[in-house]
Amino acid sequence: MNEPLLSVRDFSVVYDVDPPVEAVSHVTLELQRGEVLGLAGESGCGKTTLAYGVQRLLKAPAVITSGSVVFHDASGDDVDLGALDAEQMRRFRWDKVSMVFQGAMNALNPVAPIGSQLEDVFEVHRPRMSARQRRAEVAELLEIVKVGAQRARSFPHELSGGMRQRVMIAMALALRPQLMVMDEPTTALDVLVQREILRQISQLRHEFGFSVIFITHDLPLLLEISDRIAIMREGEIVELDTAERIWTDPQNDYTKTLLSSFPRLTGERGVVAR
Amino acid sequence: MTVLEFDHITKIYNVRGAGQIRALDDVSFTLRSGQTIGLVGQSGSGKSTIAKILTQLETPTSGEVRLDGAPIPRHGTALRRYRQQLRMVFQDPFASLNPYHSIRYHIERPLRLDDVVPKAQTEAEVRRLLERVRLDPDAVMERRPHELSGGQRQRIAIARALASRPAILVADEPVSMLDVSIRLGVLNLLAELQRDEGLGVLYITHDLATARHFSDEIIVLNQGRVVEHGTADEVILTPQDPYTRELRAASPDPESFFASAARDLGGAP
Repeated sequence: MNEPLLSVRDFSVVYDVDPPVEAVSHVTLELQRGEVLGLAGESGCGKTTLAYGVQRLLKAPAVITSGSVVFHDASGDDVDLGALDAEQMRRFRWDKVSMVFQGAMNALNPVAPIGSQLEDVFEVHRPRMSARQRRAEVAELLEIVKVGAQRARSFPHELSGGMRQRVMIAMALALRPQLMVMDEPTTALDVLVQREILRQISQLRHEFGFSVIFITHDLPLLLEISDRIAIMREGEIVELDTAERIWTDPQNDYTKTLLSSFPRLTGERGVVAR
Repeated sequence: MTVLEFDHITKIYNVRGAGQIRALDDVSFTLRSGQTIGLVGQSGSGKSTIAKILTQLETPTSGEVRLDGAPIPRHGTALRRYRQQLRMVFQDPFASLNPYHSIRYHIERPLRLDDVVPKAQTEAEVRRLLERVRLDPDAVMERRPHELSGGQRQRIAIARALASRPAILVADEPVSMLDVSIRLGVLNLLAELQRDEGLGVLYITHDLATARHFSDEIIVLNQGRVVEHGTADEVILTPQDPYTRELRAASPDPESFFASAARDLGGAP
């Protein structure tokens, strides 16, 4: 499976405040088609800025100061994301690359039924679709993520946190994108619900073949679900390797620190001095 | 030596449209000074209802909570004195501190309200408490919560809880909103304070890994019932109840994960 989907070269983002902050510093990475890439690091390390930056979702004072991002479309075209104009970029987003946002549980509109929020995606990106078709697509999506088509008329507050998160995944899946960027998608959920959602993401990925960039500071979780993991610190990727090698043979000192900073479920006692 | 008894507590909520919900069903445990009990279970298992009953924000439908043999007072000065004995650290250090007030104010208030030290010694006591949670008093005292990091804010919340010199600390997910890399630091701080001050700690969490390392005993709650109660290692390493096993299987555990060849998640398709 060596077919690149996204090539990021020498990518930098600076927050142009006083003094300027280089949030992402000369990042180069290649995402493979169908791969789950974990992006790990502490708050403020630049992982979210990087993920937003490659899709050009950042607002001033953030400035992309160097680098290029090329999306290798399934059609065979290479799309240089830096060269698209506003309208081309609008069409590109969500169609090819979608996102499940941080705090997605609260990202839904509280005064609109979830069905109509899902229909919005088709209204904007598939303007020729009939209302009947849209409703059918939404019903299918809600079935795929196991929320159930009959919940289309529910409001967000009538759903549990886990179900709201599934609705967000359904929304990200709507246009069958080739890449889904997930920013802390399960952080607010309890372990059982978290595990269920991860299973579902994995299933959908096998079924639809999209790649995932999974952003979190929860390294134990990332180790279990990623093919490869990039460890970020102060805007740089300090180590990038397969999950297994990050776990068994970390090269960078910071990676080692991160690995030793979480208590192991079944490991030796004594990490908390008692 | 302080003893907190949670004695056969049942709490029933009447919910419009849904009838009666049994949030807690005959739950009992005893917490002593110097001991940490981990309370684990998923959302809706009743963990927070226990915290609410302990702080007398809710009254149990049946059963009794006793501190050193005496039932929780219902109101007035007696209730305030009880709450001085039992303090809480909340989950969200971004929401539990008042954005309008300085750090000094946050720590001074319980000192004043509970008459912990004479007025002239208030400032010295604020400094002592901040140092106790490893913050530099000169650097943080006049600041407001938004100027501090999540970890620093949670330390402020701990200092505030300690100000009244309580015997029992109820910590409801005190580290789940913090970065993985600083969680251990805050837990170690709590463990140290507990040792030095002989606190009894009720550690409410859904994170089995920290519960195991931080607690002496663990209680597993499922739908308001205690399904398992034992020493931390017994409950996590050799769980007896099916629900505990399910919780354990769902928790990230890279150690066992890489040891076993069968990967049901991620990996190449």
